[in-house]
Amino acid sequence: MKKEPKDNNWSPSKLNDEMNSVLSTPEASPLQMAQMSPLRRLVASFGLPRLIITAFLLLMFIAAPFTGSDFWTQVSNTINRFSWNAVLVLAMVPMIHSGCGLNFGLPLGIISGLLGATMAIEFGFTGPVSFFMAIVISTPIAIVLGMGYGWLLNKIKGGEMMIATYVGFSSVSFMCMMWLLLPYKSPTMVWGYAGKGLRTTISLEGFYDKVLANFLQINIGTLSIPTGTILFFALLAFLMWAFLHTKTGTAMTALGSNPAFAKAAGINIDKTRMLSVVISTWLAAVGILVYQQGFGFIQLYMAPFYMALPAVSAILIGGASVNKASIANVVIGTFLFQGMVTMTPTVMNSIIQMDMSEVIRVIVSQGMILYALTRKTKGGNN
Amino acid sequence: MRNVKKDFYGNQVLSDINLTLQAGEVLGLCGENGAGKSTLMKILFGMDVIRETGGYSGDILFNGEKVNFASPFEALEAGIGMVHQEFSLIPGFTATENILLNREPQRRSVLSEVFGSRLNTLNYKEMQRRSAEAIEKLGVHIDADMVINDMPVGHKQFTEIARELSKDQLKLLILDEPTAVLTEKEAEALLDSIRNMSRRGIAVIFITHRLHEILSVCDRVVVMRDGRVVRDVPSGETNVMDITRWMVGRDVDAAAQNEARDLSNEPTILSIRNLWVDMPGEIVRNVNLDVKKGEILGIGGLAGQGKLGIPNGIMGLYEAGGTVIFDGKEIPLNNPRHCLEANLAFVSEDRRGVGLLLDESLEWNVAFPAMQIQGKCLKKLLGGLIKWRDEKAITDLTNKYIKELAIKCTSSKQKAKELSGGNQQKVCLAKAFALEPKFLFVSEPTRGIDVGAKALVLEALKRFNRENGVTVVMISSELEELRSICDRIAIVSGGKIAGILPATEPSEKFGELMVSGVR
Repeated sequence: MKKEPKDNNWSPSKLNDEMNSVLSTPEASPLQMAQMSPLRRLVASFGLPRLIITAFLLLMFIAAPFTGSDFWTQVSNTINRFSWNAVLVLAMVPMIHSGCGLNFGLPLGIISGLLGATMAIEFGFTGPVSFFMAIVISTPIAIVLGMGYGWLLNKIKGGEMMIATYVGFSSVSFMCMMWLLLPYKSPTMVWGYAGKGLRTTISLEGFYDKVLANFLQINIGTLSIPTGTILFFALLAFLMWAFLHTKTGTAMTALGSNPAFAKAAGINIDKTRMLSVVISTWLAAVGILVYQQGFGFIQLYMAPFYMALPAVSAILIGGASVNKASIANVVIGTFLFQGMVTMTPTVMNSIIQMDMSEVIRVIVSQGMILYALTRKTKGGNN
Repeated sequence: MRNVKKDFYGNQVLSDINLTLQAGEVLGLCGENGAGKSTLMKILFGMDVIRETGGYSGDILFNGEKVNFASPFEALEAGIGMVHQEFSLIPGFTATENILLNREPQRRSVLSEVFGSRLNTLNYKEMQRRSAEAIEKLGVHIDADMVINDMPVGHKQFTEIARELSKDQLKLLILDEPTAVLTEKEAEALLDSIRNMSRRGIAVIFITHRLHEILSVCDRVVVMRDGRVVRDVPSGETNVMDITRWMVGRDVDAAAQNEARDLSNEPTILSIRNLWVDMPGEIVRNVNLDVKKGEILGIGGLAGQGKLGIPNGIMGLYEAGGTVIFDGKEIPLNNPRHCLEANLAFVSEDRRGVGLLLDESLEWNVAFPAMQIQGKCLKKLLGGLIKWRDEKAITDLTNKYIKELAIKCTSSKQKAKELSGGNQQKVCLAKAFALEPKFLFVSEPTRGIDVGAKALVLEALKRFNRENGVTVVMISSELEELRSICDRIAIVSGGKIAGILPATEPSEKFGELMVSGVR
């Protein structure tokens, strides 16, 4: 007893305990929750990080008018950015369901989309048709790349997320070379002097700039809602929801929940996983096209590199875990994350006279991923 | 303990428990699975799960003082030790290191003088002395320098107990089903060491399903049922029959009637030739076996001889080779789907790992294979192009089996992980029954579940066999259980079938077969 080191007597403080129990039981049962205080009940049902971010966002909206920025413009911006990004976040869902984890390899799908976009322009399509053709062209590319990516992930079950990250990295680097080397000729896209090699940013004016956003757009004063883009997202989200209610979708969810169970029930694990990866890759391809039509530009080279982490953290903020995600998680997460990204530059900057938005965005997105990954290990130990 | 109450997710699992225990007394605690034994011990030990699920009510007095342990550390400090059902040992460390983990005697060195006590070196000599002392207290022989990985199961269990014994302040030791994994000889040694401890003034709470052990070692027996203490009697005044009756709350025939039938004239439905299965720890080398239509065939044998490998190999969960002919057609191995499509079903011995989707509802668990393999509970939309999940059909199917198998749950939407072991096993059976198979493999269906649930599970299997004419092959380590429902019993030894006897043969004959091929 005398010789015992201090560590053995260590016991977590009360506060730590409370935090731990809140963090480790996000899905408290109704009866359990009835016994908690109202605050703890809210925290337990909503999740602590999500609560903090929601509160932060609300605070921003309240503070916005006092900093001289127009409230409705801010709301419009938030909705706009939501509409650009929602499909990319939706692309996370199938792989989470099949147990492949978070799709850090999103850039691979984005590259399929970029190839589709640049080829549609190269082949001379303009206006809304170019958007449609970009999707058509990127689809087979996404399917082929997705199958290769899925094959790779099937080889390394258990380490998907790490490998996915490297697939994302290396595909972006590889394409950095290809954008220069591929024989693109269209004068709207290539470097002016050399006459070859694609520019880093390509304007979509005259092609599919705002094709979805302008469809049925609602304008009331300074508030503007890109109805078309939101409808397009709703359609894809509905299809995803419906897919998860089919036989194959059910198999995918069960596979993510317990692979051994799925195997014993005769599910072809590799095929189902590959299907999820292909769907995810295709959604990423469509997602980047939707993003471009809202943003108005195609961004090449290192741009796809920066798209995966915001999408991953958005769905995590929405309440998804490494192996459970719903459409609601996508909608809530994208809104919260993009709301923060939109609001911080205008509101925070005018308050503290410094550009803090990027810092906050990075802290939140990386922090959220870290939080989700620690939660995963907790589950794995049980 | 006074008026201890506890509920989980609205299920009252403990109500008004009153218990007293003297120093040096050995208390046997028994009850069916889900009776609340483990929960009670977790409360006493201050486990996190209790506080996370809303705490408990009532008082616990220890040495005359009211205690409420916020964590196991505090319970340890007060002198309560606990050995869990599952091992908590570090596989790559030796017994000594495990026994004294985090309480190692230390030596100061120059480095630690400078950088603090974290850099103290371990005093291995002292460690060896203390672990030897603990093992000595236990009264068994285990090699203190052996790495846990290399130890037989029984020695691991002893190491755990020795770890608790090495704590000087130990006053109360809780043993949660310590003999479940032990052979009879090892169990006997353990019982001896419990007597030893009691002589040294350490109180012991001993939880087990093996009732004769309780009678032989305990001073007092406490029987729990449905979260209540139903009996608290000195062990001298009772017997196995009484305890069983109290546990299940009804009469249980000690020796279940054996209704073994002679079905040797029936056609062979499943024929296995030269089967090998590469299942770690249960390697099957060369099995030849014919199963008759409509019978219940038992497969028994000692642990590690390969009896579990047979169903796991045929159903495609582990790599296998050989020929399996079912109903005249050869079944391709290494592909679960082909077996399931041929109307074979399998209830795995690994309930939580393979058998269940712990995080999903009972509905998903029961209906999933039937949906995936046979297209049940699916609505066809757009001319069969889309196969839509039919939630209502799933609920109906699940409710049917919840009723038929008397599964205790709040609703068919409850998650599988919230059920007790016996009820989880019933869900696994329901899953297999929902496939309406012609042939059913059941592997260790009663492992880790209590007497009452055991009887229900066996009864359900028997009924399923008799009423639907389903051929059942049941794999079990418990010979008596096999003898109670099977027609014939095959004994596996050394990865081969050592022999097949009618279930009516006396136990000794099976025993001879079991040891015949052991290497």
